[in-house]
Amino acid sequence: MKESSLKSIKDLPSTHVLGPGTPTCAGCGALGAIKIFCDILGEKTVFVNAAGCMTLLTVYPFTPFKGSWIYTAMASAPAGAQGVRDALDLLIRKGRLKPEEDLKVVVLTGDGTAYGMGLSSTSSAIYRGLDFIYICYDNEGYGNTGHQFSAATPHAARTATSKGPEGYQRYKKDLFAIWAAHRPAYVATVAGTEPLDLARKIEKAKDLKGSKLFIAFSPCPTGWYFEPAKTIEVGKLAVKTGVWPLKEYIDGKVAHTKVPLPKGKRPLVEEYLKIQGRFAHLFSPTRNENVLEKIQAGVDAYWESIV
Amino acid sequence: MIRKLLTGNGAAAWGARLARVDYIPAFPITPQTEIIETIAHWIGEGRMDSRMTTLESEHSMITSAGAAATTGVRTFTATSSQGLLYGMEMIYTVAGWRAPFVLVNVSRALSAPITLEPDHNDVLAARDSGFLQIHCATCQEVLDSVLLAYRLGEDEKVRLPVIVNLDGFYLSFTREPVEIPDDAKVDQFLPPYDPGETRFRAGDPISQGVAVLGGSQYSYFRYETHLASLNALEIFEEASKEFEELFGRSYQPVESYRTEDAEVIFFMMGSFATKAKDAVDRLRSVGRKVGLLRPRLLRPFPAKAIVRALAGKKGIAVIDQNLSLGKGGILHTELCSALYSMADKPVMVSFIGGLGGRDITREEFYEMVAVTMKAIETGEVPTPRLLYGKEELIQMKGLQSIAKVEQRKGRGKR
Ligand SMILES: Cc1ncc(C[n+]2csc(CCOP(=O)(O)OP(=O)(O)O)c2C)c(N)n1
Ligand code: SF4
Ligand SMILES: [Mg+2]
Repeated sequence: MKESSLKSIKDLPSTHVLGPGTPTCAGCGALGAIKIFCDILGEKTVFVNAAGCMTLLTVYPFTPFKGSWIYTAMASAPAGAQGVRDALDLLIRKGRLKPEEDLKVVVLTGDGTAYGMGLSSTSSAIYRGLDFIYICYDNEGYGNTGHQFSAATPHAARTATSKGPEGYQRYKKDLFAIWAAHRPAYVATVAGTEPLDLARKIEKAKDLKGSKLFIAFSPCPTGWYFEPAKTIEVGKLAVKTGVWPLKEYIDGKVAHTKVPLPKGKRPLVEEYLKIQGRFAHLFSPTRNENVLEKIQAGVDAYWESIV
Repeated sequence: MIRKLLTGNGAAAWGARLARVDYIPAFPITPQTEIIETIAHWIGEGRMDSRMTTLESEHSMITSAGAAATTGVRTFTATSSQGLLYGMEMIYTVAGWRAPFVLVNVSRALSAPITLEPDHNDVLAARDSGFLQIHCATCQEVLDSVLLAYRLGEDEKVRLPVIVNLDGFYLSFTREPVEIPDDAKVDQFLPPYDPGETRFRAGDPISQGVAVLGGSQYSYFRYETHLASLNALEIFEEASKEFEELFGRSYQPVESYRTEDAEVIFFMMGSFATKAKDAVDRLRSVGRKVGLLRPRLLRPFPAKAIVRALAGKKGIAVIDQNLSLGKGGILHTELCSALYSMADKPVMVSFIGGLGGRDITREEFYEMVAVTMKAIETGEVPTPRLLYGKEELIQMKGLQSIAKVEQRKGRGKR
């Protein structure tokens, strides 16, 4: 693998492919990540979208995308990508489309789709070796319908359907491992708040043949209950505390692209939790030591297992 | 031109082959599977320059069919029954995309109870989706309808997907002699698909299936699509005229059989209409003035042609091979609405028959005529009825008592 040409944040494009004026909430972490994807992927794209917040990026008669767009449904965006890819290949083979008119096919869905309803169509697309990019913006809940819990919601988080004193009781599904188990060309976890890491990963993966899959950590002020101005802080802390590992799968191996400081030196997970309303019940009226310890232990165990 | 003995499924596959389809997203289901197997075989042998992708569900299959058609290739797919319903979200969606492609549905009754044999509840569940619907009664008609369907759906005044429907088992697995038209003539009838400006390519971006805010825009696009569907009535007549000139077979939106001087008309869809034809011939031979009217196009609904054909008739036996639970026969409802403002409209009697592949016997056709005649004479229209024999009921009761005994045995074991 060649050295990335993106050495520092200054190497990222300063003009943007995605246009301004989208109807997402202020401070939307998902949009921040998608902007970087658009910058690196360029204009020759067709985005195949599933139901979620980002469906409203393209509302008649406006679109912020410089390339094409098709909204499918909640469950079957990867199948839409299959149809588009197959059709483009056929058109090129039969001489009805010039090779330079080809497009990169990019699936864009939320976690609700990626971790749940769309898992079957995604698994099948990867299994068929579909040449596409999948961006899952992970805001850890069914955002568009008012932030109910999804299979991506972390333990203890309060959502519209987990309002009890303990919050959400189950644990976040490991989609990275599920995707990697299919042995696709590339899988990565990324965050819009780590633009250099994100841009390098897209650069590295975009021209690989096969399925290139991204799970983008997407702080959501509206669903997580924090001030829109704190999106960057939430994102940075998720990585620093070790809650959101930045990693990639390529050629059968998993590598971490940014490792937090060792235990004892890195900030505690509660630094990340306490700035979000969805975890407020862990701190007041009384500290829920039990749950906080459990969450911290989970993160520590993860990092212990990989070094 | 050659003549071959083909099943309905074989005829559907031949239609796709002659139409030179580029792309076939697929998923198996009885009784449709022979269609995709036949096409897969031809692609393997290099007789079709196409690509088949087997998806993991019909929901995905219909998504990818619509997406491929939107990208600009001629697309064909096939399903039945549970498959059509599994993909129903996308049936509506791809019609809204105005993605023209052909879906052959091989009718099979719906679960529960689960069964393999046909009726029309599956395809009628797609009635309001925006897909055009052509219903076939013979294997030849299946092949020809696939070609007509592409002409219809791809026409720029229409731009909608089309379902070509045939009955499972009765047509899908029945061999009939079918004329296979010459490639060159088909090419003349059906030039390559021209997607115009609506397709994906670099440098010329489009957005498909975008959200709208509010009912005003939504209403506009929905009604526009409705009008596009209605345009298909005119295009059907044009295309079938050309089809007749080239191939010598004539297809009207509604098939009329011995209706001219008829007083009583059977009104029904699909392959069971051939049974009605036989009954018509026999009744005619003993002097009864009966005929058959069979809508070939169900969407758009050829209301004018139906009204024209039924003017002056005394009675209609509407035979629905479907059942809207809690309402009754769907064709009956559609026909009533079409004839409502007609002066001196005929008496309409509703029969439900052929559910789950149950046969409709010759005697039942005679009986339906007798019931309809009586309604004409008395002016009293009987309540809708299910075609169901005494013997059949006795057998059914027998099965029920066996089931009870078995259930008791099962309880005893515990
Ligand atoms: C078949 C179907 N079921 C339910 C919905 C309602 N729905 C729309 S968006 C959405 C949430 C999707 O969650 P996610 O994928 O995480 O995206 P987000 O809303 O968080 O952006 C749901 C449940 C739908 N559009 N389609
Ligand atoms: S709800 Fe969250 S993910 Fe959705 S647009 Fe708002 S900030 Fe973005
Ligand atoms: Mg979400």
